[in-house]
Amino acid sequence: MDTIKAFIRKSRAKSPWLLHFDCGSCNGCDIEVLACLTPVYDIERFGIINVGNPKHADLLLVTGTVNHRNKKVLANLAEQMPDPKIVVALGSCGLTGGIFREAYNVIGGVDKIIPVDVYVPGCPPKPEAIIDGVVTGLEKFAEKKGDKS
Amino acid sequence: MIRGVILVIIGAVAAPLLGGLIAGVDRRLTAWLQSRYGPPIWQPFFDVIKLFGKERLVVNGWQVFCAHVYITATMLSVVLFFLQSDLLLILFVQAFGAIFLVIGAFSTTSPYSQVGANRELIQILTYEPLIVLVFVGIYLVTGSFKISEILAQTKPLLVSLPLLYIVLCYALTIKLRKSPFDFSTSHHAHQELVKGFLTEYSGRYLALVEIGHWYEVVLILGLCSLFWATSWIGVLVLVGVTYLCEILIDNIMARMTWQWMLGYVWTMGLAMSFVNLIWLHGR
Repeated sequence: MDTIKAFIRKSRAKSPWLLHFDCGSCNGCDIEVLACLTPVYDIERFGIINVGNPKHADLLLVTGTVNHRNKKVLANLAEQMPDPKIVVALGSCGLTGGIFREAYNVIGGVDKIIPVDVYVPGCPPKPEAIIDGVVTGLEKFAEKKGDKS
Repeated sequence: MIRGVILVIIGAVAAPLLGGLIAGVDRRLTAWLQSRYGPPIWQPFFDVIKLFGKERLVVNGWQVFCAHVYITATMLSVVLFFLQSDLLLILFVQAFGAIFLVIGAFSTTSPYSQVGANRELIQILTYEPLIVLVFVGIYLVTGSFKISEILAQTKPLLVSLPLLYIVLCYALTIKLRKSPFDFSTSHHAHQELVKGFLTEYSGRYLALVEIGHWYEVVLILGLCSLFWATSWIGVLVLVGVTYLCEILIDNIMARMTWQWMLGYVWTMGLAMSFVNLIWLHGR
């Protein structure tokens, strides 16, 4: 039984499927996320696929500030992802609200709404930093509880 | 008797392993064609094992039932193939599984799933008659639908059924969900339909569907191998070249619409089938 669990843990770290949500970003971070998928960085070599479907995703990548309009969408997406899952907040806005933090409609960072596992700072973060954040998240993802086996 | 048991085990156990390996090589070659590094060859197995470890999120009971029927039917069809059974029986068992997968997608309310299921039904409608025509051609040459009789042939089927082999390749492309026929669901891109009719399958049920897909790929490649079953080298060359062509077509073609697929595949497929059958008849 332990070998099966160890095998599942290893497979998890090798196959994180990614869901990217733009939570009101300026698109700077989004362009960098998409750059990770291009042949230059090619995150598919880590088994990462951008699935765009919360029911298949393991890893939620959130960019941009959270405001009163999109907080429900963010919470809904996180809820639709089956456990175990990890959340990575990207960029200054995703971490704290960035330069928009004092705007009247902005709630703040992603962690005001859903629990965040990895924070990747930068405005925007470089693709290298995003890949580093995701790979750091993979270690947490492999150890997460929530499997029924 | 012992030979039968061994063949059943090969069909039930080795076939999905082979199918997963083919999927891994496929992803690696696709990455190479796109000048990327690509995932390891074992990646499809990691994906499936990970999916088995995920939480169960079930939309309704039908979905669970349909995923299980799908994998049972596809496994049965591959086992029947290895037992050298009747081609028509294999086709009906395989179609049974394919239809249940679509019913599972229809049982949910998600519009992506619904539209994807509609398109998958049209895909099934497109390739099933063509496969039947291919089997008719095989019958006209060998005088039997039994695979054991076909394997007893001394001349490769490819010599007398070259056009019907191309027709079978159309069915293979549709069944593999490769471009230009990848609009019901697709391995790579999530485009206008998120993940098409697989949108609502998640966790271990998605893993079951994936393993069922590997069975189907092995079945269709097995049907291809019948066309040069007289020598092992012939089988390897034919299946290898066919699959490389599939990957190449996948990478150079755009995604088309179902109207185009129905029009193009039926016109070309039926025309080539009839030319080949008439030629067989008049020979």
